[in-house]
Amino acid sequence: MDFRFTPEQESFRKEVRDFLESEMAKGIFKPRCDAWIIGHSPEFSRKIGEKGWIGMTWPKEYGGQGRSYLDRLVLTEELLRYGAPVAAHWFSDRQIGPSIITYGTEEQKKEFLPKIINGEIYFGLGMSEPEAGSDLAALNTRAVEDENGFVLNGQKVWTSGAHSFNYIYLVVRTDPDVPKHKGISEMIVDLNSPGISVNPLVDMTGGRHFNEVFFDNVRVPKTAIIGKRNEGWKQIVAQLDYERSGMERVMANYPLFEAILKYAKETKYKGQPLSKHPLIRQRLAQLTVEFEVGRLLIYKVAWVLSQKRIPNYEASLAKTFCTEFQQRLARTAMEILGPYSQLKPESERAALDGMAVHSFLITPGYTLQAGTSEVLRNILAMRGLGLPAA
Amino acid sequence: MDFGFTEEQEMLKKMARDFLTSRCPKKLVREMEKDEKGYAPEIWKEMAELGWMGLAFPEKYGGGDGTFLDLAVLLDEMGRACLPGPFFPTVVLAGMAILEAGSETQKKELLPQIAQGKLIATLATTEDSPLYDASDISTSASEESGNFVINGTKLFVQDAQTADLIIVSARTKKGSENKEGISLFLVKKGTAGVTTTPLMTIAADKQAEVVFNKVVVPKENLLGELHNGWPVLGKVLQYAAAAKSVEMLGGVQQVLEMTVSYAKERVQFGKPIGTLQAIQHYCADMAIDIDGCRLIIYQAAWALNENMPCAKEVALAKAWVSDAYQRCLISAHQIHGAIGFTEDHDLPLYYRRAKAAELAFGDADVHRETVACEIGL
Ligand SMILES: Cc1cc2nc3c(=O)[nH]c(=O)nc-3n(C[C@H](O)[C@H](O)[C@H](O)COP(=O)(O)OP(=O)(O)OC[C@H]3O[C@@H](n4cnc5c(N)ncnc54)[C@H](O)[C@@H]3O)c2cc1C
Repeated sequence: MDFRFTPEQESFRKEVRDFLESEMAKGIFKPRCDAWIIGHSPEFSRKIGEKGWIGMTWPKEYGGQGRSYLDRLVLTEELLRYGAPVAAHWFSDRQIGPSIITYGTEEQKKEFLPKIINGEIYFGLGMSEPEAGSDLAALNTRAVEDENGFVLNGQKVWTSGAHSFNYIYLVVRTDPDVPKHKGISEMIVDLNSPGISVNPLVDMTGGRHFNEVFFDNVRVPKTAIIGKRNEGWKQIVAQLDYERSGMERVMANYPLFEAILKYAKETKYKGQPLSKHPLIRQRLAQLTVEFEVGRLLIYKVAWVLSQKRIPNYEASLAKTFCTEFQQRLARTAMEILGPYSQLKPESERAALDGMAVHSFLITPGYTLQAGTSEVLRNILAMRGLGLPAA
Repeated sequence: MDFGFTEEQEMLKKMARDFLTSRCPKKLVREMEKDEKGYAPEIWKEMAELGWMGLAFPEKYGGGDGTFLDLAVLLDEMGRACLPGPFFPTVVLAGMAILEAGSETQKKELLPQIAQGKLIATLATTEDSPLYDASDISTSASEESGNFVINGTKLFVQDAQTADLIIVSARTKKGSENKEGISLFLVKKGTAGVTTTPLMTIAADKQAEVVFNKVVVPKENLLGELHNGWPVLGKVLQYAAAAKSVEMLGGVQQVLEMTVSYAKERVQFGKPIGTLQAIQHYCADMAIDIDGCRLIIYQAAWALNENMPCAKEVALAKAWVSDAYQRCLISAHQIHGAIGFTEDHDLPLYYRRAKAAELAFGDADVHRETVACEIGL
């Protein structure tokens, strides 16, 4: 047992921090909550790619660094700590690359992986549909094969970043005549293909980050398929584990966490810093306990991956706990700020740059995206604890 | 980073599981609740033969040269089995105190006896405001003609009745406060002026009130430096909080396993209740709590073992497990229905012990306050 990172990993951490500090000093970015999903900056992603920090764990022959999941953990922890704008490459680095490596052909690997690493292509995730949310296998977007390839028709929804990305990783129905889990395939599609239209949706923060994506007789080549035709469901299960278990699940709002601790120390209440008030101490300490527990749960998933095992219930477990923690963080921060907490970021008197109110508005989505907490608890109960299916 | 046990630790775990399954059934646990001594001497002897008491002591003191993490593996299994008896106070409290602060003579005399199962020992430090910090201590020890005379009342002392040796904390500097002027003393069984009264606790776990009334001990019985006992005591209390957390982890893991297997067996409305989502989600929440416990607790045990400053790690662990265990038990009881509410069921054994463990060495509030200090609030 060893709860330490290696000296090499610690010096890598320092390298990442130094880089981020200097970018901040140059005014390239300002720390933000949720920058992994709303901080879209292809220029910044290209810099990260040049450093070898996209696809770190991928094989060297495709431009990766062949490093461990624990090294990547150090990187993502620091990127999130600093709230750096990494949204452009985040999904690709986290799950699309690994899927292509596991299921793609040699040509697909050679074509896509270097482009992801160089920051040329950015992937969105086209899974959910109006009638296929938690029941993803109910999806209806059809891919019909002809001699030239496939023709796509249907609609995706809640597609984060589709208005900024240039590629989409799609889950489609390739065989409607078999049980629903057995007729699904995965595909890579250029978002600029004729017949695709992207319609932004406004989320409850007032932000525009997710979209509807329509497919109207979109032609794609046969080589768009990743892995085996009609076996997409099996493939997606592993991908979801990658999706669920990253550091962002516990650290998306880390800048708020730091800010509220600082606020408690610097704000006077009845002549004393707020942080001397027993109730405030207990609440901030409780958040700290939960944060540290959540971080270890995510570390454990990375450790399981580094042992070449599949975190088949650990990822669901970690995501459930961590996203619920982030909701509690937002709530506690709002309560500590009192009436100021309701002020929108653009208000002059807004506390903490409006970070708390942003988190308050965005965190309800955390326990929905990438699998709802209920679905994840089902997985944990059945896959993790072996309870019988209904 | 490595969250796994070593091969030796896995073997130790298995051996402990096997031994405790056969030698410490719940029937024995229940008998020992009613027994005055609270432990079975023949099992105590077997445990000593297996090398458990001396596991974490150096070889030169008759120990097994193991680490605190090895000891944690054992405590995990003991918690799972609800092992009754004075292992914890003897090994974790007294053993660690002697190891940390004892003179060569004291170590050579006492540690081998503990390792051989011949000496039961405990620590008496808590008093009537049990916050587990130095300000609790008002018992005094004054120097009189080459001896120390101890006066005061200690509470919640584990296994005091059976202890051959009590380590007691006292103020040796008159008027000193907090961490200043505290010393530790070895008080042997039968010393005049020591009165022990059992406390009737819900876990029937042999805690006692110990009154020291003009108790005279020779100078050689000072453990560690005069007036400078707090650093040792503070460290021992950290070991204790981490070790108690590990014990709780073993208990709560067993509670989950019992509950999951009950949910698979119990049929209502024509199917096992484990197929019902409400039940599945209770179980899932227990699993989340427990995986968190495992990581945060072994992190503390590891940090102690590495001899790093780890006040925060220990406090994180005890704060989390204290709350998590209670949450898990409420769910476990809910899933078991009325059968789990009967005295003869195993679940109440865990329910009562979890509360005792939560209160020992600081509950969640106490440890959250430590976390608050450690993060600079
Ligand atoms: C911010 C955000 C970003 C997103 N980004 C993307 C993206 O980039 N790409 C993408 O494809 N999708 C994305 N999604 C969609 C997301 O994957 C879905 O919201 C999610 O799968 C749930 O589907 P739903 O919203 O249709 O809810 P529903 O599935 O209709 O669920 C409604 C409620 O019913 C419960 N429920 C459903 N089934 C069960 C069950 N079996 N057991 C118990 N309870 C159940 C759910 O837990 C939930 O509480 C995003 C969502 C959000 C909020």
